[in-house]
Amino acid sequence: MSATAVGFGDSRAARFWNATIGKKIVMAASGAVLFLFVVAHLLGNLQVFLGAEHFNAYARLLRVEPALLWAARLGLLTMVVLHVWASFQLLLLNKMEARPVGYVKKKNIGSSYASRTMYWSGPIIAAFVIYHLMQFTLGIGGTPFEEGKAYENLVAGFQVIPISIFYLIAMAMLMTHLFHGVWSAFQTLGVNHPRYTPMLRTLAKLIAIALFLGFASIPVGVMTGIVHT
Amino acid sequence: MNLTLHIWRQKNASSPGKMVRYEVKDVNPEMSVLEMLDVLNEELTLKGEDPVTFEHDCREGICGCCGFMINGVAHGPQAATTTCQLTMRHFKDGDELFLEPWRAKAFPIVKDLMVDRSALDRIIAAGGYVSAPTGSPQDANAILIAKENADLAMDAAACIGCGACVAACPNAAAALFTGAKISHLGLLPQGQPERVERALNMVAQLTVEGFGSCTNIGECEAVCPKQIHIEVISRMNADFRAASRKSRKEPYQDPSEFRRWSFGLKS
Amino acid sequence: MQLDSKIPSGPIEQKWDRARFEMKLVNPANKRKYSIIMVGSGLAGASGAASLGELGYNVKCFCFQDSPRRAHSIAAQGGINAAKNYQNDGDSIYRLFYDTVKGGDFRAREANVYRLAQISVSIIDQCVAQGVPFAREYGGLLSNRSFGGAQVSRTFYARGQTGQQLLLGAYQALMRQVDTGQVKMYPRTEMLDVIVIDGRARGIVTRNLATGQIEVHMADAVCLATGGYGNVFFLSTNAKGSNATAVWRAYKRGAAFGNPSFTQIHPTCIPVSGDYQSKLTLMSESLRNDGRIWVPKKTGDSRTPDQIPEDERDYYLERKYPSFGNLVPRDVASRNAKQVCDQGRGVGPGGLGVYLDFRDSINRLGEQAISERYGNLFEMYERITDENPYKVPMRIYPAIHYTMGGLWVDYQLQSTIPGLFVLGEANFSDHGANRLGASALMQGLSDGYFVIPYTIGNYLASNKFDKVDESHAEARGAVENVTSITRRLLSIKGKRTVDSFHRELGKMMWDFCGMGRNAKGLEQAIGKIRELREQYWQNVLVPGGADDLNQSLERAGRVADFFELGELMCIDALHRNESCGGHFREEYQTPEGEALRNDNEFAYAAAWEYQGQNQAPKLNKEPLEFEYVHPTQRSYK
Repeated sequence: MSATAVGFGDSRAARFWNATIGKKIVMAASGAVLFLFVVAHLLGNLQVFLGAEHFNAYARLLRVEPALLWAARLGLLTMVVLHVWASFQLLLLNKMEARPVGYVKKKNIGSSYASRTMYWSGPIIAAFVIYHLMQFTLGIGGTPFEEGKAYENLVAGFQVIPISIFYLIAMAMLMTHLFHGVWSAFQTLGVNHPRYTPMLRTLAKLIAIALFLGFASIPVGVMTGIVHT
Repeated sequence: MNLTLHIWRQKNASSPGKMVRYEVKDVNPEMSVLEMLDVLNEELTLKGEDPVTFEHDCREGICGCCGFMINGVAHGPQAATTTCQLTMRHFKDGDELFLEPWRAKAFPIVKDLMVDRSALDRIIAAGGYVSAPTGSPQDANAILIAKENADLAMDAAACIGCGACVAACPNAAAALFTGAKISHLGLLPQGQPERVERALNMVAQLTVEGFGSCTNIGECEAVCPKQIHIEVISRMNADFRAASRKSRKEPYQDPSEFRRWSFGLKS
Repeated sequence: MQLDSKIPSGPIEQKWDRARFEMKLVNPANKRKYSIIMVGSGLAGASGAASLGELGYNVKCFCFQDSPRRAHSIAAQGGINAAKNYQNDGDSIYRLFYDTVKGGDFRAREANVYRLAQISVSIIDQCVAQGVPFAREYGGLLSNRSFGGAQVSRTFYARGQTGQQLLLGAYQALMRQVDTGQVKMYPRTEMLDVIVIDGRARGIVTRNLATGQIEVHMADAVCLATGGYGNVFFLSTNAKGSNATAVWRAYKRGAAFGNPSFTQIHPTCIPVSGDYQSKLTLMSESLRNDGRIWVPKKTGDSRTPDQIPEDERDYYLERKYPSFGNLVPRDVASRNAKQVCDQGRGVGPGGLGVYLDFRDSINRLGEQAISERYGNLFEMYERITDENPYKVPMRIYPAIHYTMGGLWVDYQLQSTIPGLFVLGEANFSDHGANRLGASALMQGLSDGYFVIPYTIGNYLASNKFDKVDESHAEARGAVENVTSITRRLLSIKGKRTVDSFHRELGKMMWDFCGMGRNAKGLEQAIGKIRELREQYWQNVLVPGGADDLNQSLERAGRVADFFELGELMCIDALHRNESCGGHFREEYQTPEGEALRNDNEFAYAAAWEYQGQNQAPKLNKEPLEFEYVHPTQRSYK
């Protein structure tokens, strides 16, 4: 049996998960949560432009109630695990099993670059998230870190040019991931309408670009000296 | 015009295959691609070589038999056209054409450019029907159907089951095919009573057959000779989601046992 | 041979009811003890196999394609007739019956046609219930159009894909039965012989086209729903795989062949463009509702159509048939196209074409309306010809489309071999000498859904069946017959390909047994066909072997049968010294050039009986009596 083995004697939940559409729905739903988190995260982070005091107060606010913080973290972690796990199983099915012999020639005529590179943009974003947590949450990213001084950590971190560039690349990947991911989630959840879907796809792209610009503004702000200690 | 062809030749499912090069001369631009292969086959036969096997029947774009990859595109470069209706006008003197069979685990090769698409039949057998035994129905006009729904159902029902969607999909998914049937029946009042079961069973069969998953990228609709829109996939997803929630039945035992009816090709 | 048509007694409107009551029934619990073979999975085959499966019989269904959904019924475009009278325009069962008998030029059996008209009503109900997406009005009711010479709107349609949608309905019903195990499906399997034991059909011999394996399948009854034989002509609107092998081999086992020369030529096909041409593409006849057919008045006029002024155009159908105009029946439209082309007024390359012009309709209704009605047909035309029919008139020419002839069957659809039933286009049945548009789908589904389930039950309940298996001498004999044909074809190793012979045969048939026929030509053709057939058996080159997928071998067997059938068609056409419907003998025409029937001598169905290889077949006659529709000269003026 394959990675997505069908156990039809199993429960209804297993039936859902074993169908590729079930996994995709899990990916769409978890992706939607992560997307909302990313939006909220950006809005919070943009406060860096209001100065150190404001930003550090915001950082402290997030940690006022450890139980809530951990609930949110565990929630997000669950979403990440589901998203990655489902996509990994589908990756095995799609790339290793469903077409054992490939084409000598194959042209893509209907799909966007972003949609075809989800399996690249996803892992790059994941790698970035891991480093991002090491750098700014755990303080083991190799840049100066002091607990409770989020603003200072941020500025010190982004003053290292290679790190900022990596950050920018990751944000570009996030943008392309969302180019396709946002509307694809709607499609997977069964929402498609000849009038609204094209609007949704445009809107998804605009949001993705806005997120990129928003996130990019922070390291760029640091590197250009607009944000400084 | 003169062309160079590279055609996948494979004696049967178990032998290895390879691309073989052929030169064809004086191709008339009014010919269809299949007629060009007919001419090649006549030549090969007279030379004592094995002619190229390819599936074809109606040659007017409706039976769904024909189809192979032409330079990496299912059914070739013209949109909304099956291979049998693709004329050689779309190529020019000196062109090289790569002809390859549909590739998918669920479509094992029978010979050369011919594949076994019985997986698609088994998906229909899993639930792509309305149970209306002969003789039982009411008067046809007793069922009112909004014109828009009837038209949308017809759009989806136009699927010819050629398998180009599977061939073009980087994941070899049969989502467009399955979505089309689920949409066709799901949009009509006649399809409602079995809607839940249909979605669960047809989608389960997709996995049994070894098709990949849909990543919503749209390669399928770009090659579909009947221009079926990926909106049908979203309808399938919605039906599957709703069915997973609504169904009170326990998932049944391995459905593959019911649907392994022989096509003479499997042991 | 004694032909018993088994027409029930009583008034025509009660015959089917009476027959159904008189027929014996098989106890529900006993149905599973019977096995039935269905060869073919088109409208008749799929609907029949599904319906028999639903009743509880064990059914085996065979098709040569890779899937039952590919049968050539799928290519029917225009629609399906039914006497629903939803349009309140004067239709009735009786009128559909009347139109069909008259349209068939009084060469069909009245009782069968009346039953067909009765059943037509249930077919639409059945198909709608299955989810066939017929065209609808804004109010949600079914839409109808007038079609192919009918003066009422009784045609139901699903865009230009009616055949496809009806077939998918039947196919889905069949798949449902396959899933329950009631029907076992054998795709890529071709029937090559019938096994007749003690005078009854008890099985078939098949070849698995993928593996080459010869198999025997035994059953209590055999149904053939294998379609028509238009491919005798090589170029036709039939699918490339459509063939006559099943019916021909049944003929050689004793099933009489009815009216083999009755072939239908469809007036609106895309003209031939070159000698590589592999088939002809039909454009739905519905185009004639809005298109006007014309040719230049002058012979050899080489101007482009837009340069020919109105008064130099000959709208010959409107001129000759003012009341039906462009909507005259198919045989009349085809013959007239041939006449104007023979006069040298044909258009396009080779002068074999006439214009079908939408200019006036576009001016009257707008391009939008025309596109809504015929958009997909226009696109198809443009794909093939590279000409835009919104701007340039289409060029059309007649092509072989349908064969009214087929195995002779009685009212129960049983051939002259007991236990061998024949459904759909494969039988000679209900259309007489000419089929009306949108009636083929009706007949296929009528036979499959609503006739065979009753009549086969009657046969099974009236007979006792000893157990027979493939070791029976007759079964082994049939296998030997099949393998010897294959061996012979492969061993010739000549110098000409199968297709080159087939093309030559087709050309002969078209020239001598096509739209116009005469005694001299037919006599000549019979000799030539025999000669060519001899050459075929000496000089055909079939590459490859028998134990593998071998498309050349498949074609070789079919073409071998086409030779013999083509000869029989000519014999039949030669013997029928009259013109009727699609059979136009040039010696027998009215002063205006219309078909001239001879009801005194030829009001019968010709049922030809096989007498052995190279023996003249024996003619049996089933006299046709017209109690309700009295034969008249058809007039569409």
